[in-house]
Amino acid sequence: MTRTTRSAALALTLAGALALSACGGGGFEEDGGSSSPASASGPVDLKMLIASSGDAETDAVKSAADAWAKKTGNTVTVTVASDMNQQLAQGFASGKPADVFYMDASRFADYAKNGSLYAYADQLSDNADFYEPLRQTFTYDGKQYCAPKDFSTLALQINTDAWSKAGLTDADVPTTWEQLEAVSKKLTTKGQAGLGIGVGIDRLGAFVVQNGGWWLSDDGAKATANTPAVTDALDYVQRNVKAGNFQMSNQLDSGWGGEAFGTKKSAMTIEGNWIKGAVKNDYPDLKYKTVELPAGPSGKGTLQFTQCWGVAADSKAQAQAVDLVKALTTVDQQMAFADAFGVMPSRQSAADAYKTKYPEDAPFIAGGEYGHGPINAAGMEQVVADLNSKLENFGGANLPQVLGGFDTNAGAALGQ
Amino acid sequence: MSTADTVEGRDTVAGPGRSPAPRRRRRGGGQRQSGAGWLFVTPTLVVLGLFLVVPILMALWVSFTDWSGRGNPFSGGVGFVGADNYKALLAEPGLSRQDFMISLRNTFYYVLGVVPLQTLLALGLAIVVNQRFLKGRTFFRTAFYFPSVVSSVAISLVFLFLFTGTGAVNQFLGVFGISGPTWFSDPRGLIHLVGQGLGLWSIDSPPSALADTQVMSLSVWDWFSGPSVALSAIMLQVVWTTAGTFMLMFLAALQDLPTEVEEAALVDGANAWQRFRAVTLPHLRPTMLLVITLGVIGTWQVFDQMYVMTQGGPAKTTLTPAYLSYTAAFRQQQWGQGAAMAFLLFVLIFVLTSFQRFVLRDKDEAARKRAERAQKRAAKKAVTA
Repeated sequence: MTRTTRSAALALTLAGALALSACGGGGFEEDGGSSSPASASGPVDLKMLIASSGDAETDAVKSAADAWAKKTGNTVTVTVASDMNQQLAQGFASGKPADVFYMDASRFADYAKNGSLYAYADQLSDNADFYEPLRQTFTYDGKQYCAPKDFSTLALQINTDAWSKAGLTDADVPTTWEQLEAVSKKLTTKGQAGLGIGVGIDRLGAFVVQNGGWWLSDDGAKATANTPAVTDALDYVQRNVKAGNFQMSNQLDSGWGGEAFGTKKSAMTIEGNWIKGAVKNDYPDLKYKTVELPAGPSGKGTLQFTQCWGVAADSKAQAQAVDLVKALTTVDQQMAFADAFGVMPSRQSAADAYKTKYPEDAPFIAGGEYGHGPINAAGMEQVVADLNSKLENFGGANLPQVLGGFDTNAGAALGQ
Repeated sequence: MSTADTVEGRDTVAGPGRSPAPRRRRRGGGQRQSGAGWLFVTPTLVVLGLFLVVPILMALWVSFTDWSGRGNPFSGGVGFVGADNYKALLAEPGLSRQDFMISLRNTFYYVLGVVPLQTLLALGLAIVVNQRFLKGRTFFRTAFYFPSVVSSVAISLVFLFLFTGTGAVNQFLGVFGISGPTWFSDPRGLIHLVGQGLGLWSIDSPPSALADTQVMSLSVWDWFSGPSVALSAIMLQVVWTTAGTFMLMFLAALQDLPTEVEEAALVDGANAWQRFRAVTLPHLRPTMLLVITLGVIGTWQVFDQMYVMTQGGPAKTTLTPAYLSYTAAFRQQQWGQGAAMAFLLFVLIFVLTSFQRFVLRDKDEAARKRAERAQKRAAKKAVTA
């Protein structure tokens, strides 16, 4: 009967969120504008909600927050969310959300739209130091809301053993789509695909960017998936999937590209810098190197994934929260986070220090210049999920129909 | 409460001076008891009211608004949108209706598979462990019941490993020369697969008559997909985990069956199958009703397997209304639609359960009542005439 208990628990959670919201006060009309921050007087207790990748991250964030707290005489309580979406939603519904929290780029627009976020980016004196595409990612309705915490980009990983076995040398590292196709063909053997690609637009989108396309128009107001720039890019990948040079991770019975790569079902893959930790933990004997993604017809392109330090519009101590964010985004602090749990600094001024320390990550850092953030228009979650589900069987997908469907659905969502 | 008050009032009129009759004293005791009764149930009523009735009413309100998840859903900034959320799910062509219909289709096949299977399995297990001459009965009872006690999240994780492409299940199938599917990432429907096996159609190019006819945002081809391979794996798991609980219910009912009745049937010369058909099964009717009702309610609400194992994938074939409602609210911030789905699911379960009660009602009893009513009507007619 555990199922019933579970459903009951869900009902209670929903009910709890509602009950809390009923108790929570108004403050509804004011939007998250960049009005002067609410500043509580005296020492405040800031609540911070984070989605941690592990103890290393939790400890690093805690000690950074404690250092700020000590210096300013405030206190910070750091909570690690077990289900970030749900806990954030509960907080906003209750009217008493955490003051500072991780805000994912793909979730950002929905929360900016409903006024949960406090826009403080204009209070950051050195805001321009953050990579331009990252700032763009956290811009809603022409206003940048929050400071990018860190970021990651996609690059190409190559299994060096398979590479030399196929008779390839450093000179053969692909820099164009044609070369990528050629080396993939050479690397494909029985039981090993040349290139393994994770399922969904979070990987396929890189090819779209390289072809100068995007799912939405630049202002995020129109859906543009069923245009040649997008279809040609996906056609290129699909053609190679059908030919067997590329394989999607689900064809290789893997949960993601890194798994297929680690288990040697693919000789190359397209993943972000998180693959370092995964290889170290799960496939320590794997020899590989990372290079920048090959350029497409429209030049270099990759995808960026990022989170920002969100500050709640309902926070009673916004001034202190913003001050804390400033302390967490200094070059030194970002480098400390990089050392602790391997994220890349979101500041351009930290790039050199990072590249010197982690030279093997240079291809990832390079993506900061030309990468594209995720779809960040409001109300797109469902539409994107639908697109991803229809691209699951990528080799057999009817691209014009799928992309046309996306445009219809996205048009309806954006028109709301 | 009001009845209690009136009775109380009458009692005061009776006055303390008069010696109360024994009957009345008993009634007085009853009043005190009913007062005490209300007192004792108050905590439960408060808890139920606060955590069940009030939230349900609030959710009902939310299902009629465009609340975005920030602040109080009862504040002025929240717009009342009438039945718009319900319309988006039922009447307007679009993604919301498509997803909701997919979830209903999936769960329909899921219920159709799980409820009969788990009921039959539970009944079978109960009959087996009810054998008087079975050695190690207690062991088997515990063993069969065990999966029901273990957390479904833990079991789900174990099944994830069992059913991977290179997992134990496929290796076992490989012994017989069968190459198993990649279970949890296989979105192909069972009916589609069977049809393809029989040479009726090909999944990659479905007959256009079916694929191009849309009914409620879903093509006829999609409606008749059957449960996907991934969903079937989940169904197996659920049958395995819940059968134990229902076995316990059947077992309790079986042990209620008087030995004399069975012996009488034996004396009458009934064979084992006749005894089972004519004695055991009728005796189990109330339990059957209970098991099927609980099964239908539980399966329509299935949530945690999807939350833990598949998140609705592959290709949305394990999307269920409960999980969809959760994602609509907590991920898409469309709280109104999430709440509306919950209420539509409630209505659906209510209708189905009522229908199933009607089908499984005691037909002799119903016939007797009908006859009684007819008799009364006839009598009345006779009087008026």
